[in-house]
Order: sequence, then structure tokens, then C-alpha cells
Amino acid sequence: MAVKTQKAQQAPPVSPELQREMYWYMLLSRRLDERTWMLHRQGKIAFHISAIGHEAAQVGAAFAFNRGVDYAYPYYRDLAMCLVIGMTPLDFMLGVYGKEGEPSSGARQMPSHWSNKKLNIVSQSASVATQVPHAAGSAFAIKYRQKVGLQDPNDPTQPRLAIVCLGEGSTSQGEWHEGMNWAGVHQLPFICIVQNNHYAISVPFDQQSAVPNVADRAAAYGVKGVVVDGNDVLAMYHVTREAVERAYNGEGPTLIEAKTYRPVPHSSDDDDRSYRSREEVEEWKRKDPILRFQKVLTEAGLLTQADIDEMEARAKRIVDEAQKRAEETPYPPGHAALGDVYAPLES
Amino acid sequence: MAEMTLIQAITQAMDEELARDKRVFITGEDVGPRGGVFRATMGLFDKYGADRIVDSPLAELSIVAIGIGAAVAGLRPICEIQFADFIHPAFNQIVSEASKMYYRSNGQWNVPMVIRAPYGGGISGGLYHSQSVEAFFTHLPGLKVVIPSTPHDAKGLLKSAVRDPNPVMFFEPKKGYRAIKGDVPEGDYTVPIGPARIARVGTDVSVYAYGMMAHYATIAAEMVAQSDGIAAEVVDLRTLLPVDKEAILNSFKKTGKALIVYEDNLTMGYGAEVAAILANEGFEYMDAPVRRLAGPDVPGVPFSHDMQEFFMVNPHKIADAIRDLAAY
Ligand SMILES: Cc1ncc(C[n+]2csc(CCOP(=O)(O)OP(=O)(O)O)c2C)c(N)n1
Ligand SMILES: [Mg+2]
Repeated sequence: MAVKTQKAQQAPPVSPELQREMYWYMLLSRRLDERTWMLHRQGKIAFHISAIGHEAAQVGAAFAFNRGVDYAYPYYRDLAMCLVIGMTPLDFMLGVYGKEGEPSSGARQMPSHWSNKKLNIVSQSASVATQVPHAAGSAFAIKYRQKVGLQDPNDPTQPRLAIVCLGEGSTSQGEWHEGMNWAGVHQLPFICIVQNNHYAISVPFDQQSAVPNVADRAAAYGVKGVVVDGNDVLAMYHVTREAVERAYNGEGPTLIEAKTYRPVPHSSDDDDRSYRSREEVEEWKRKDPILRFQKVLTEAGLLTQADIDEMEARAKRIVDEAQKRAEETPYPPGHAALGDVYAPLES
Repeated sequence: MAEMTLIQAITQAMDEELARDKRVFITGEDVGPRGGVFRATMGLFDKYGADRIVDSPLAELSIVAIGIGAAVAGLRPICEIQFADFIHPAFNQIVSEASKMYYRSNGQWNVPMVIRAPYGGGISGGLYHSQSVEAFFTHLPGLKVVIPSTPHDAKGLLKSAVRDPNPVMFFEPKKGYRAIKGDVPEGDYTVPIGPARIARVGTDVSVYAYGMMAHYATIAAEMVAQSDGIAAEVVDLRTLLPVDKEAILNSFKKTGKALIVYEDNLTMGYGAEVAAILANEGFEYMDAPVRRLAGPDVPGVPFSHDMQEFFMVNPHKIADAIRDLAAY
């Protein structure tokens, strides 16, 4: 149960193709995100909440489970994770603009409140941490179905775990506690990823918790706790893989605390100058997860400048196209507000 | 047909649904070997085992939240809240999550779950074992809110609730658990969620009620028929959300006089909505002021005998209110 910090070097090698794919998704997410900040500054959109700085934590985790099949409960910052699971830049842009056909909520919710039944991404509210006990409930359902004979435990076409994300501040909620407790009591196939960016809007972690790591608390629930460098995509991938294997093998739940940083304001409504120094932000910008991974890949000979140029051009094309199509799409009609209050009775 | 108590009908409904569908499971405090503090899940643990009858941690938020997560993953949870008074820790999960899931996901994710909770006073339960909480939940589109008053309806409505693709709040009048008896058909049948039931036909005054108060209203209607020859019609609403407006208005058309009875405290209680429906859509039938008979506006039902009796609506108070209205 003890917390240990994992190092990427201990783990088996990751194929060059997969490493390049990870890099690509981190880059795509970043460029999409930066464009969205720009659209906000241009007054074209109402709101943005960003994944910048969190890409390694999210992409590393997302490549580790059976994406599109295992239940995923991402939180509002999980743009990069959701792109890896299978949401598209256009899906995201439709949300940002609140346009018709937005797949998460039909543009009823604010942007970045993910949902996609085809990908088993379960809908989120804005009320932080509420998704944690839901994920435990879905993990409970998986174990239940296997026990009562509704599901073959080794069938990879069925969900075999539930993975949930939230920020470190949100672990102060009772919802987190109760979800973790169920996961522990029933030793569920459950993974909680805490993206610890050191702030909940303006409030630093030492005002949320008397212990320095969220993962320190995992032992109290009978959950394995791990702290990982969330800006190291390969380390993130490895610890999540380990947690996934544990879940698939019936060995119980894992809490992964990814230490990271958000070098941008909390959201487009925030001004972070009131609660942290520019020096601190600059220091973390030097630890940027994309630059860091680029260096690793370049030095290993897995990525050339030509590769980078090609990916940058491709990302720009995709983002341009997503923006253009979202702008051209109409709003859903006003009366769409009346839909989907009750699911129809099954006949 | 067998005569049984309200709670026996509830147990039977769960038993039959568990037997019918392996996706159905029960969780809540003490629902396992103890069979629930009221014995609603009596015998089910022995019959279906620990996998399907799951004692929860003592934490209502997660009883509901686990149910939501299991329901979106294809199960059919029945979540028991030991007393409606203790549902408030789960309020966020019901308000922000269960009621909004289908709407906020554009109809992708639905929450087929039942939240059962014994409610109501008159059982020496004091402030925290007597509450009527339905009005908090009837304010939430996306939920269904059901309160049976007879064993027949309890069984049939609970089965409908288990099969419903939406979250259903199923409040059980606990004072009536053993006090209310009635005939219950053998085997499978359902009572649809939605329609009200005319519990007694009459032409002079319409009495609108649900749960224990529907049971009492029927007794009171007999009392005034005997003593004063007043023909009161009792409309047992059964489903509070979505409500059967047509049944409410049809009765009012006949009588022109409405008494709305509920045991919650008066202000902003469910009866306010019934009164609003009558004022808005029944104005041309109206022969008297629309009256509400409910508990006083105090923070809870007191424990001590006389204070409790003072708080509670009973058949005599209902009978007096019917007489008053009939004489208007
Ligand atoms: C229950 C609730 N309270 C308050 C808020 C407003 N709020 C939104 S995000 C946030 C901070 C969350 O911080 P953290 O959990 O650390 O996640 P981060 O945004 O840093 O990734 C707050 C206070 C909310 N959404 N939900
Ligand atoms: Mg944070």
C-alpha cells in the first residue's frame, strides 16, 4: 500500500511508433487548446478551460487502458485524454462554439464536459468530484456482471475497468472519499488519476490537505497509491499500465497522483497573477511536457525536425478545419432545450 | 389474491424483480443479513446472496452515486435510504447527477435506478426520523417521484420503477408499512408510473393526497359520509412527478371544491403545485377557495406525544376540513 514514486527506466520499452503517436496527440491537443484561447481573446467564444501543461499526464494514461471500451470518466481539463480516446478536434470545437451536433451534450453543457456513449466516456457535470463514486459504481457493475455470470472477465470487447480523473483540490470533496472507499471495500477494477497541478483555481494544496501527497491518503482506503511525475509521458504510461493490469487481474484499485502544473489561468475567466508569481510560472514553463518529450525523442533518434515540421503542419490544418466547420455550423434551435428530459419507456 | 401489508408488498416486488432480472441488485445500509431496519429486504440476502444484496458503507451520497455509476453501466440498482431524513447527504448526487444525466448527455446516458426511502411522521421519530422530503425532489425534471398508499399499488409501482429507464424516487409511508393492508395479486403485474387513482368516488369535495395521507383521506371520507352525508372524492396521486393533471382537473370539474392534504409542513410543499394547477387550469370550475391541510411551518416533527399529534394530519383533521369546505 505504501506510496512509491515510479521511474520510467524500470519499465519495459515502448515502441517508437507508440511514442511518436503519444507525441502527436500531445501536440495536437496543445495546438487546439492554444487556438481556443485565441478565439476567446477574439471574443468569438464564451469560455475555455485548458489542458495546457497536463498533456503528458493525460496522454500517458489514455494510451494505457482499453480506450473506447473501458469506462472513462474524464474531467473538464481532459482535452488531450479525450482526443486519445477518440473524440475529435471538431467535436471539441462544436462544444466551444455551442453548435448543433456537439456530441457530448448537444451543446447543452459548457465546453469540455465530455460524454460519448460510443466511446464509453460517461457524462460529467460541473460539480467537481461527483464522477468519482460514479466510476466506482461502474467498476462495481463490471465486477458484479462478472460474478453473476453476465460477463466473461477476459472478454476484451467488454469494459473491464473504470478510470476517473480529477484535480487535487477536488479530492477535498466527500464524493472523492466515498468513491475511494467503495473502490477499496470491494477491491474494484478502478483507477483514479489525480492531476495535481498544485492549485484549485487560486488555492494551493497545503490549504486542501495536511499531508503532502493525495496518494498518501490511498492506503487509508485499501487502495494502492502511486506518485508519478505527470510531466513525463512515459512514466505516466507505465504506472497506468501497471494499474490497468492490476484492475484486469482482479488485484484491486489504484490511485495515481500525477504531479504537474497549469501554466495558464484556471479558465478563461481567471487571472492567475493574484495568487502566484510570474517566476514560478516561468520555472514550470521550462518543464513543459511537450518540449521535454520532444527532447527525449529527438535525442533517441525517434523524431527528426522534418517529423516535427510535418506534425505541426498537420495539426494546424486539422485545427483550422475544425474551427472553420464549427463556425459554419448553426446553433441548435431554441426548442432543443426541451428535449431529453426523460428516457422513453422500453417497449 | 392475498392480503398483505404495505411492506410485504414492497418486499415481494423486489423479490420478483430480482428473480426476473439478474441486472437488479439492492444496496443500502443493513439491507443484507439484517433485512433492513424496517425488514423491507427480509429474506432476500438468503435467497440471492451477498453479490446481489449488498450492505453499503454508512454513506448515503455513495449509495446513490454507486447506483448511478452502476446504472449507466447497465445494471438496475435499487438503492435503499434507511430513512428519508438521511437522504440529504445524497442530495447533490440526485440533483446534479441522477436528474440531469440524460438531459446533459443529449440522451446518450440514462440512469435506470430506484431510490427507495421510508418517509413520514407519527411514529415517535422526532425531527430526524419523520421527515417528508418529496417536495425537494418534485422540483427536479428528469426524476420521477412515486408514493404508493396501498399494497397493490406499492408492488405494481415498484416493479414499474425498477423497469423504468429513468431515476425513480420511491417514497414509502413508513407509518403505513404494517398498518396498511390490502389485497395483492399473485405474481407479475405492474401499475404504470403517471396516472392517479380515484380511491373513492364523490361529488361534493375533491381531496387530493398521497401516501399515508391518501389512506387517511379515504378513512376521513367515510367518516363524513356517515356523519354528514358528504360525498367526498379522494384522488390518490400516486405519482407526484410527472403528475396526472387530467385526473386532478377531472375531479375538480365535478366538485368545484379542493382540499389538498400532505403531511409535510405547509409552505412550498407539494400541495402548492396542485393548488397552482387548479388555479390556472380549473378556474372556471371553482366553487370555493382551494384549501391545503398540512403540517405547521416548524423545522421538524417533535418527538413528545402531544406535540407530535399536534403536528400530524390525521383522519379527524381531514374530516373537519372536508366539512368546512362542503359548507362553504
Ligand atoms: C462542487 C464545486 N465547487 C466549486 C466549483 C468551482 N470550481 C471549478 S474548478 C475548481 C477548482 C478545482 O481545482 P482542482 O480540483 O485542483 O482541479 P484543477 O482545475 O486545478 O485541474 C473550482 C473551485 C465546482 N465546479 N464544483
Ligand atoms: Mg488543481
